[in-house]
Amino acid sequence: MNELYRLATGPLLWAAFAVFVGGSLYRLLELFLLARRRERFLFTYFSLRYGLRSIAHWVVPFAATNWRRHPALTAVTFAFHLCLLLTPIFLLAHIVLWEEAWNVSWPALPDDWAIGMSFVVIGGCLFFFARRRVVPEVAYVTSASDYGILLLTAAPFVTGVIAYLQWFDVRLFTVLHVLSGEAMLVAVPFTRIRHMLFAPLTRAYMGSEFGAVRHARDW
Amino acid sequence: MTGSKTPPPAKTVDEGLERGIAGLTEERIRRIIRRVLAGETGARLKAYVDTCIHCGLCSEACHFFLSRDRDPAYSPVGKVKQTLWEILRRDGRVSPDFIKEARIIASTHCNLCKRCAMYCPFGIDVAYLMLVVRRICHLLGVTPLYIQDTAHSHAATLNQMWVKDDEWIDTLMWQEEEARGEIPDLRIPLEKEGADILYSVIGPEPKFQAQLIYQAAVILHVAGVDWTMPATPGWDNSDMAMFVGDNELMGRLKRAHFETAARLRVNRIVMGECGHAFRSVYDVGNRWLGWSMPPIPIVHAIDFYHELLEEGRIRVARRFEEPVTLHDPCNVVRGGGLHEKARAVIRRTCAQLIEMEPNREHNYCCCAGGGVINCGPPYKKHRVESNRVKAEQIAAAKLKGAKVVITPCHNCHSGIEDIIHHYELGVETRFLGDILYQVMEKP
Ligand code: SF4
Ligand code: SF4
Repeated sequence: MNELYRLATGPLLWAAFAVFVGGSLYRLLELFLLARRRERFLFTYFSLRYGLRSIAHWVVPFAATNWRRHPALTAVTFAFHLCLLLTPIFLLAHIVLWEEAWNVSWPALPDDWAIGMSFVVIGGCLFFFARRRVVPEVAYVTSASDYGILLLTAAPFVTGVIAYLQWFDVRLFTVLHVLSGEAMLVAVPFTRIRHMLFAPLTRAYMGSEFGAVRHARDW
Repeated sequence: MTGSKTPPPAKTVDEGLERGIAGLTEERIRRIIRRVLAGETGARLKAYVDTCIHCGLCSEACHFFLSRDRDPAYSPVGKVKQTLWEILRRDGRVSPDFIKEARIIASTHCNLCKRCAMYCPFGIDVAYLMLVVRRICHLLGVTPLYIQDTAHSHAATLNQMWVKDDEWIDTLMWQEEEARGEIPDLRIPLEKEGADILYSVIGPEPKFQAQLIYQAAVILHVAGVDWTMPATPGWDNSDMAMFVGDNELMGRLKRAHFETAARLRVNRIVMGECGHAFRSVYDVGNRWLGWSMPPIPIVHAIDFYHELLEEGRIRVARRFEEPVTLHDPCNVVRGGGLHEKARAVIRRTCAQLIEMEPNREHNYCCCAGGGVINCGPPYKKHRVESNRVKAEQIAAAKLKGAKVVITPCHNCHSGIEDIIHHYELGVETRFLGDILYQVMEKP
């Protein structure tokens, strides 16, 4: 188990980060080059001002009409994404690892908060899972991969909480936590989790078209 | 207009589709699909397909989905699933029957209204994805018969309605003569080089609605506008080619239109009340020709009436008495931001405007646009049934007192008329120009 832990927090971790960062950059570059090769006009219409205007309306909860139409979903979506991004970055245990490896550190969240936020992420996954089962228009377009990414997302948080609360075998769940976290990082460029990379671009492009050409709002 | 479940659409018999698929082989289908995907699409298609998180949030944007009792097959993403996802998943190995179904979905279950792009958190452009499907079907020769006929007319005559060159000139002279009964010195100036404005219309105006040309001539004459109409092909600004997926033909049409304006050395093109034509000239056709924005400024009738009224070149004698409501046409509102100007014109010309809800950019499409109405009678029942929400919007405005629906777009006008008739709404539909002509001061 110790061996595995060393492997998971050593070479595997580095590999996961490398794939995550490199793969994400590769995906963005690939898209950029494709646009340059085939749809150069996209750059002509791209407008920073209108792109940001549109993004601003969609990253603020309830600022877009459709967010207001679905209050529960909106609340869950924003809480989920916020906790998903912030918890791993500001968790004390993670910062300690950064400090050991790079000698850098930043303020940490109190552990209670981190646990609470992890539960928000897990709850969010359950909510999205239920939505996929219950809401007909969502069920209609749901495929196995959609459950797959929910599982990938929930796993590091579920295992992390179990390890922290020492419910079962701490060492086993710590290792599982590290491995599932790495799996999620690796999955970003290769699954539909890459909406994290592309969404700002598609939104900004639609915002540009609506703002600069169509003189209309898109939120 | 009850909440009862709508029955599944009856199987459509469309000769254009049946004959189109009769000669298709899977090999040819695959080749054309690959050609389109590899040669004509790129970052947008990739980003849209990769980014879509299958959340269904676009569903409630679509009047088809809402009107057909939230049938998931009619949600924007549901339509993509049945067409493009399947094509991509099977790497183009789809059957002729699949192509037929995909054509029906892309061409008659979506108006390309882009409302869903305002409801998808990522701004995914389902209308564009449906256009990709339409493009594939066009190259495979699978197109609904009626709209293909209008495209043939475009190809042969450069107008949508098989109007012959001399019929066009005759119609203008006839309308000039009629109008001179009302205003003796009125002219419809033909081929006037160096005029300030080229006035352009869609094919159906000379064919069935010549009185609209009469009305426009009166408005332009009274306002003292220096204008002209061409005596040559190139006068028609409409474009069914854009909707069947025949981009090459669209390019020919738009080139003829712009070149006609350039030959007459006008400063601007003012167009009648048409939405799809505005989209073609202002947004789509110009891009195909390599102009990021139109080479000659395009002014839609709403914008132009607004200008004439604001500048006092047209004065209102007596405002239109009956309460009106306004249908915001997608192509000039979500496509051109003319919603406030339309309201300004109505405030000046009508006594009372009763708003439909939702309105402006959020208004529901008429369900006729995007070439859907042009696919003809086989799809009419499905079309009007697929816009129950529009009927409900109009009925609600009527309850508040509205008697007239102003629809400043030809497609919307016909689509709304069908809806009013089908749901027995008992209101009238009018163009903005009808109202302006009626209430303006005339000599
Ligand atoms: S009809 Fe409009 S809202 Fe519905 S899918 Fe097509 S573009 Fe989207
Ligand atoms: S709202 Fe956007 S991301 Fe969600 S299913 Fe519709 S197109 Fe896909």
